[in-house]
Amino acid sequence: MITMAQALNAALGDAMAEDEQVVVFGEDVGALGGVFRITDGLTAKYGEDRCFDTPLAESGIVGFAVGMAMGGFRPVVEMQFDAFAYPAFEQIASHVAKTRNRTRGRVGLPLVIRIPYGGGIGGVEHHCDSSEAYYAHTPGLKVVTPATVQDAYSLLREAIDDPDPVVFMEPKKLYWSKADIGRLARTEPFGRAAVRRAGSDATLIAYGPSVPVALETAEAATQEGWDLEVIDLRTIVPFDDATVTASVRRTGRCVVVGEAAGFAGVGAEIAARVQERCFHSLAAPVLRVTGFDVPYPPPMLEHHHLPSVDRILDTLDRLQRDDLPDTRFLALGGAA
Amino acid sequence: MTGLAQALLPSAEPVRFLTDEGAVAKGRHRHPVPDPGLLRRAYRAMVVGRRFDAQATALTKQGRLAVYPSSHGQEACQVGSVLVLSEGDWFFPTYRESVALVTRGIDPVEVLSLLRGDAHCGYDPVRHHVAPQCTPLATQSVHAAGLAYAERRVGTGRVALVCVGDGATSEGDFHEALNFAAVFKAPVVFLVQNNHYAISVPLERQTAAPSLAYKGIGYGVPSERVDGNDPVAVLAVLTSAVEHARSGQGPYLVEAHTYRLESHTNADDASRYRTDDEAEKWRRRDPIARLARYLRRRGHLTDADTAAWSAEAEELAADLRARMNADPELAPLGMFDHVYSAPTPQLTEQREVLRVELSAERAADEAEEALT
Ligand SMILES: Cc1ncc(C[n+]2csc(CCOP(=O)(O)OP(=O)(O)O)c2C)c(N)n1
Ligand SMILES: [Mg+2]
Repeated sequence: MITMAQALNAALGDAMAEDEQVVVFGEDVGALGGVFRITDGLTAKYGEDRCFDTPLAESGIVGFAVGMAMGGFRPVVEMQFDAFAYPAFEQIASHVAKTRNRTRGRVGLPLVIRIPYGGGIGGVEHHCDSSEAYYAHTPGLKVVTPATVQDAYSLLREAIDDPDPVVFMEPKKLYWSKADIGRLARTEPFGRAAVRRAGSDATLIAYGPSVPVALETAEAATQEGWDLEVIDLRTIVPFDDATVTASVRRTGRCVVVGEAAGFAGVGAEIAARVQERCFHSLAAPVLRVTGFDVPYPPPMLEHHHLPSVDRILDTLDRLQRDDLPDTRFLALGGAA
Repeated sequence: MTGLAQALLPSAEPVRFLTDEGAVAKGRHRHPVPDPGLLRRAYRAMVVGRRFDAQATALTKQGRLAVYPSSHGQEACQVGSVLVLSEGDWFFPTYRESVALVTRGIDPVEVLSLLRGDAHCGYDPVRHHVAPQCTPLATQSVHAAGLAYAERRVGTGRVALVCVGDGATSEGDFHEALNFAAVFKAPVVFLVQNNHYAISVPLERQTAAPSLAYKGIGYGVPSERVDGNDPVAVLAVLTSAVEHARSGQGPYLVEAHTYRLESHTNADDASRYRTDDEAEKWRRRDPIARLARYLRRRGHLTDADTAAWSAEAEELAADLRARMNADPELAPLGMFDHVYSAPTPQLTEQREVLRVELSAERAADEAEEALT
């Protein structure tokens, strides 16, 4: 059995062994091995020049990585938690994302920004943000998030080899999830979603921390006669329209699940793309189950905020199986 | 170097009034000795604070707190930073300042709300003139500069004091705060508690400067460094710093050399990056023992005092235990409050979704209970 944290550690180690230009740096990634131990043992094995602690400054870390990438290295930097990447946003939005474009392709930035993200671990404020939309909204960044142990390895290897900058979002709730894998291997390239469960009645689309919740829901929903298909996006950018569209055209119904606040989030993008491409196949509006549009609540309340199996099951009831209008939005007037 | 620049530099060695053992240290100081009344208050607050800290650590082990960053060993700074302020002055704490907040007179349960996990900030910042405890490192330093400037504009005579750690001095915001404060002559004191580690990363990785107090000179901010485990020196230097700010001369930077004896938080394991020997060295520079010896020698501390204050500390701990062991009243619908001054239509709609869910859950629970 191997955990997602160990798979990520193995991906970093294997990439460092294969390519001397790969360097890992950030806060507490050296002697400590990172607060989540993702870089455990890398300094001991590859030396202080390959995996090192920096001064405590996220903007500095990412800006330094930009420079090192221009100088021929492949930096993989760690942001300690989602909300602590915000000081680096200037570097990410203005430089990491745009340098290839600004230099008409002359300067690419093959760097990876690893960000543990999301909630569900009882963390206090600033430790549970789902910040993927900020990055996905910024052209020039690839945004990737694994939901399985195998993908954690595969996607991180892909990210390190990718010629473009990748924001690699690690669902911290899944760090300790385990899988029985003989050999960690690279699987699909970026831009391929995975069908984690085949089904015929509706498609649940999820990514990262929400994939296990979607799968659990699919199991529970069989009791109510639903046969659900579950898609794991794997890479938010680039987006796999083909897999998503094919599924929804077949099932005719779609629910998007994600932890982040729903308003203007990645779920909104998915819902829009689905209805643009599948309108004639849809038997119901595309619905979303997301976090509420509130600052991430304190640990004792987070279970009320996060999409739960029950909340997703309730949403299935609104998929017009009996062709009745959805009553939720009646207050808005007119006919739904 | 010009005299003007020279005046901005800290003392060559950290200011200390006491030896490690609590005897009077040799040397002359540019800072006046604090009066015995203040020192006695500091002693009492440190005794109470240390007991509070131990209790909070114990409650964390029992699962009552989500996380707790201890300030064991840093009591002189925790207590000193608050005692040099007047009631109207503002204090800007980090997550590590729980003992400082208790010293400020905030209910210990309210202090721990954030860490228990039932609210983002458990106390009323306006009532106490204490900003919410700040976790994103160094970000609060700019707020302190702005607030201090606002107080100066309004002419209240109030100052602000902001705490940051050694690691946080590497963040851009810390530097921007020093610069803004100096340019706008904001009456703000920056207190760097240099406890030598930012989680696992030692001071040498944060700076190549001879001292963190050297960060002031480039911005035109006078700076001082002090033995942060010498309560007499901490109070003396911080008193000077606050007077400097209050008298209209602008900001002041203090670096206090100290050490956190516990791990970064309960979730951390300090043995991965430092030795017991190192901690032992600092244990011998205990601020409470040092001040006790100094005060006793001068007849400012009696057995009756120590007995009374220990009893007071025990009482606080017992009360904290009792109240923290009760589950807090949770109000899940409260998460929709105060996102804006008035809820948006969307929040009202989402609140209703949760309200319906909660009442369905309650009905289901009641039905189940009725069956059993
Ligand atoms: C912007 C930001 N980056 C990272 C963190 C994660 N973090 C929390 S405490 C800490 C170390 C801080 O060290 P220091 O400033 O010396 O304060 P100390 O904890 O030692 O009191 C880190 C890296 C954070 N809270 N905020
Ligand atoms: Mg520190």
